[in-house]
Amino acid sequence: MTEELKNIVLQKLTGRFGADIVATHSDFGDDTALVRRERIVEICTYLRDDPDLLFDFAMDLTGVDYLGEEPRFEVVYHLYSIEKKHRVRIKARVPEEDPVIDSVIPVWVGMDWFEREAYDMYGIIFRDHPNLKRILMYEEFEGHPLRKDYPKARRQPTVGPQE
Amino acid sequence: MAEIEAYRREAGKLDMQAEPMILNIGPSHPATHATLRLIAELDGETILKLTPEFGYLHRCFEKESENATWTQVIPYTDRLNYVSSLMNNVGYVMAVEKLCGIEVTERCEYIRVLICELSRIIDHMVCIGTNMVDIGALTNFWYFWKPREEVYMHLIEPLTGIRLTTAYTRIGGLMWDLPDGWVEKCRDICRNVIVPAIADVNALLTKNRIFIERTMGVGAITPKEAIARGFTGPCLRAAGVPLDLRKDEPYLGYDRFDFDVPIGEEGDTCDRYMVRMEEMRQSLRIIEQALDQLPEGPINVDDPRFILPRKADVYENIEALMNHFKHVMDGVQVPVGEVYSATEAANGELGYYIVSKGAGGPYKIKVRPPSLPLFQGMPHLCEGGMIADLIAVLGSVNIIAGELDR
Amino acid sequence: MTREKDGAPGFLTTRFEALLAWGRKYSIWPFTFATACCGIEVMGAFGTHYDIARFGAEVIRFSPRQADMLLVAGTVNYKMAPVLQRIYDQMLEPKWVVAMGACASSGGFYNNYSVVQGIDKFMPVDIYIPGCPPIPEQIIDAIVLIQKMIETGEPRARDRWPIKI
Repeated sequence: MTEELKNIVLQKLTGRFGADIVATHSDFGDDTALVRRERIVEICTYLRDDPDLLFDFAMDLTGVDYLGEEPRFEVVYHLYSIEKKHRVRIKARVPEEDPVIDSVIPVWVGMDWFEREAYDMYGIIFRDHPNLKRILMYEEFEGHPLRKDYPKARRQPTVGPQE
Repeated sequence: MAEIEAYRREAGKLDMQAEPMILNIGPSHPATHATLRLIAELDGETILKLTPEFGYLHRCFEKESENATWTQVIPYTDRLNYVSSLMNNVGYVMAVEKLCGIEVTERCEYIRVLICELSRIIDHMVCIGTNMVDIGALTNFWYFWKPREEVYMHLIEPLTGIRLTTAYTRIGGLMWDLPDGWVEKCRDICRNVIVPAIADVNALLTKNRIFIERTMGVGAITPKEAIARGFTGPCLRAAGVPLDLRKDEPYLGYDRFDFDVPIGEEGDTCDRYMVRMEEMRQSLRIIEQALDQLPEGPINVDDPRFILPRKADVYENIEALMNHFKHVMDGVQVPVGEVYSATEAANGELGYYIVSKGAGGPYKIKVRPPSLPLFQGMPHLCEGGMIADLIAVLGSVNIIAGELDR
Repeated sequence: MTREKDGAPGFLTTRFEALLAWGRKYSIWPFTFATACCGIEVMGAFGTHYDIARFGAEVIRFSPRQADMLLVAGTVNYKMAPVLQRIYDQMLEPKWVVAMGACASSGGFYNNYSVVQGIDKFMPVDIYIPGCPPIPEQIIDAIVLIQKMIETGEPRARDRWPIKI
């Protein structure tokens, strides 16, 4: 990638969305943008459809628990463009008392189970998700295990045979 | 669900009350390769709706890694994709090295390429072998298990000390160097054991009428759908999309080697099988070139912040003793930041997203498993088909529960 | 069959039981409940190099009603435990349980909220195979130990279950 084309992703994002892009950096070679959670679906649609960016491949979605910071949770999206061969990371902070963010399934249908896993592990609720249930733990499980205040070695009651 | 409504409507016309039959292809089933669950709603033998479920092997990789040092995470990564554990090790230490800014030595790169390609070959052998067992062609399983045993006994065990869960790579290098005679043995096994095994299975399957009837046209997917659902790896390449991280974003010096990436056309089970067979042959090409070009030199970076000191120094020298102690007790000190690093594992893109807060262990590691989007796409591949096709597709998509559930 | 005056089994009974034991020990039908990495080593044990068919345990039955040895290979977590319990209950007597690998014996190096710390928390286990994963020769060793158990008529773990301390 030539010098002018470097960071084209971040340039176009900040050019189009301005104040909604809270922070950007390119540490360790990864372009990263921290955005406001209310605009996430529009930002993702723009990233997918803009002819210079063309992020048609959503690689990963995860949550991170920054216990002690406010807002506490962060939802991280990793995107890849097959044609342009560039990557970007989009992050959106979500506070603990209102852990709701819009679901990006309308943009990339493959994000379905990643969002369910973020809900199961962290308790982040994705608005308009068609089937937001637990995916890794069993249905009756209480708590969200990957939060930092959940003890690692807690024992569970053994449930009987399921139907 | 539209098909179920249509089904009920048709039955209502005949004045019957009909419900689709729910069949639970449960977590303990030989064809699900353990711990996958599929709930199928059937009309006769046709699948109207398929609901996959997993989580029966959730072993909390991420929570365990948050309580471990950087090097202690490496054994946990082995057990992610346990049929090709060396690739997971390589992917993880590459991500940490990207965060630390380390450039490994050339010999280390070549050895990592060698073990990655050997792991790719044995992974494809397991996939095709077990897929064929489910379809009914048991002989291929035995034909492919013999090269696996040879690779385990004569290559991986002398190199790492154990057959399956290796933990061979370290941050900044490798555990130890290749033993004597390994290079010749590798060449010998590749030429005299793996090539005939692939030829045998090819002769049994590729022009076999029954195999073609059972796999052609079964579980097909278009390139656009595959990309939308996040498929990577042989399943995506079988659908016709030329995405291979070894060519598009070369790492470990893959651009030094001359190899092709097979692309399919239809995206059905037969194409996935053909892509995997051809990838094994291309991996053999890469192994031959890497063995020819293997340079001499150190395998570890010469940096005491990341590499344990020599044992002789530890016993004689107080600084080396302190260095060793800090490494083992506190862990490698990695700078603050976050990084995402992806490699082309046997099943697709294996990505590690690592968040570090400068401590001796990670703050968070997320593994992007290649099997998760594939299992998520199972309804799309199988709905409308029959139960027998479901079994064929499930085997060809190669879901490894270890990395799916983490 | 005759019995002596003090209730001990007579000559014919012991011969018949020895014949039964000989038949049982050379035809153990395993149910491989393979969940994780140990499952790959089980497949290796049943392969051509470490041929376990030599010991009679060749016929793998994926139905619990038709098997007499439950070989639990791999990690069992809280979501999978009810499934395993149900399979164990469906097996017919006499049955033996082998816990293969560190995860099935005691949870392995996974000490966390999702992994059961050994299947002997909810079912009796006869043989524990250590290792992570154990090499296929250890599985053969376990089969031979079970054959010895059958031959000597040793009480199985199920007869001492639950262990009361």
